[in-house]
Amino acid sequence: MLTSDNAFGTALALILTMDSALISIVMLSLQVSLTAVMAASLIALPLGAALALWRFPGHNAVIVALNALMGLPPVVAGLCVYLLLSRAGPLGEWGLLFTPTAMVVAQVILVLPIIAALTRQQVEALYGEYAEQLNSLGLTRLRMIPTLLWDARFGLITVILAGFGRASAEVGAVMIVGGNIDGVTRVMTTSIVLETSKGNLPMALGLGIILLALVTLINAIAHMIGETAKRRLG
Amino acid sequence: MNAHHTPPVATLELDNVGFVHRGNTLLKPTTLRLSGCQRTLIMGPNGAGKSLLMRLAHGLLTPTSGTVRWQGDQPAQAMVFQRPVLLRRSALDNLTYVLAISKVAPPELKALPRKAQAMSALEKFGLAHLAKRPARVLSGGEQQRLALARAWLLNPQVLFLDEPTSALDPAAIKAVEDAVLEFHHRGTRIIMTTHDLHQARRLADDVLFLHNNELLEHTPARHFFTAPTSREAGAFIRGELVW
Repeated sequence: MLTSDNAFGTALALILTMDSALISIVMLSLQVSLTAVMAASLIALPLGAALALWRFPGHNAVIVALNALMGLPPVVAGLCVYLLLSRAGPLGEWGLLFTPTAMVVAQVILVLPIIAALTRQQVEALYGEYAEQLNSLGLTRLRMIPTLLWDARFGLITVILAGFGRASAEVGAVMIVGGNIDGVTRVMTTSIVLETSKGNLPMALGLGIILLALVTLINAIAHMIGETAKRRLG
Repeated sequence: MNAHHTPPVATLELDNVGFVHRGNTLLKPTTLRLSGCQRTLIMGPNGAGKSLLMRLAHGLLTPTSGTVRWQGDQPAQAMVFQRPVLLRRSALDNLTYVLAISKVAPPELKALPRKAQAMSALEKFGLAHLAKRPARVLSGGEQQRLALARAWLLNPQVLFLDEPTSALDPAAIKAVEDAVLEFHHRGTRIIMTTHDLHQARRLADDVLFLHNNELLEHTPARHFFTAPTSREAGAFIRGELVW
């Protein structure tokens, strides 16, 4: 019989006993999603800023495409990476399928459009305010990118968090390219799917609670950083 | 009155410079020559095209007709805006930022490390005690002084100021005007818009008067305030509403 009591109890017991299987699942989840978000940010932040600063033929099409990709179904991203990395695929020789690296690649594809599209919005708004001053200083647009990214930093924390939320919550992509292999590619979302289908609902719910708590914690920290800084910097 | 060691400021020439936006003529073709190290005040009612003329001269906007050019080398320029655009960083960091991107620090500061250069500019403009404060929580007057300190570090040969005092109280206006004179004393050519007649009388060597998107006169200040050549300027000086 499933009650919230025994779900919480199970979760609590798992955390308190530092269950090694659970710890490795949690660590792998964080490792995959954080790596994916960092890699995606390295590309998407300058890309979003560049889209805010440069106008070129097809500019609007790129923005529409990015915005559309924000809603890319994780299973589709997973399938594409699967096709690329499978034995018969173009990158099959790399032997990356069913490894954490493959999961990172799939999540980068999911997260990158979100961070790039939202960064473009933030930077465009800031550039509206800064444009004359930066042009007066004689900056090239390339040189404006780091300035604008730095000055938009508090808004961008939220943008990166949105990306992290997407990465840590999705299950479709990591399931397809990771394969949910115990001890190798099993992360929290894929274990929740597995435990649920096995009927081990307290365990699934316990994992769900941990996942939620972790995401909440990371968001709370980022929110506090942002609010403090906003108050201080006006 | 100019510092002798500074080279003469290049002459700015506007040749039939016009600006049309979506079919609206915002500046009728204007021909103009600004030479020497004067303090030129651009005057006229709101919407006359003062700020636009200045942005064209500074190069922030490209004219839709005619050409803007400097005789000789393009001089180092800086601009102070009506509402200062300050970066979301501390007052001090706003200054070290421009030192990092420009290589033309004032000669008397060149030997110092960046931070010391920035501090000396803050001191000069009475902001040293606010160095660590975020620039954007400073008062309006302090922000404008910080913008002037930033321009000071750029060591411009030409300084553009767009209504720099329009949102300030008298004490802050005085500080800005003193700073303008200080720039000029260092050998910086001043080009400034204002709609404040008293301010123009205090600062102007010569006056450009615009009305209805057209440059109506370019006269030495002493003539402009006593015997303006255009009817509109006369009305403007008498305090009548000119449209």
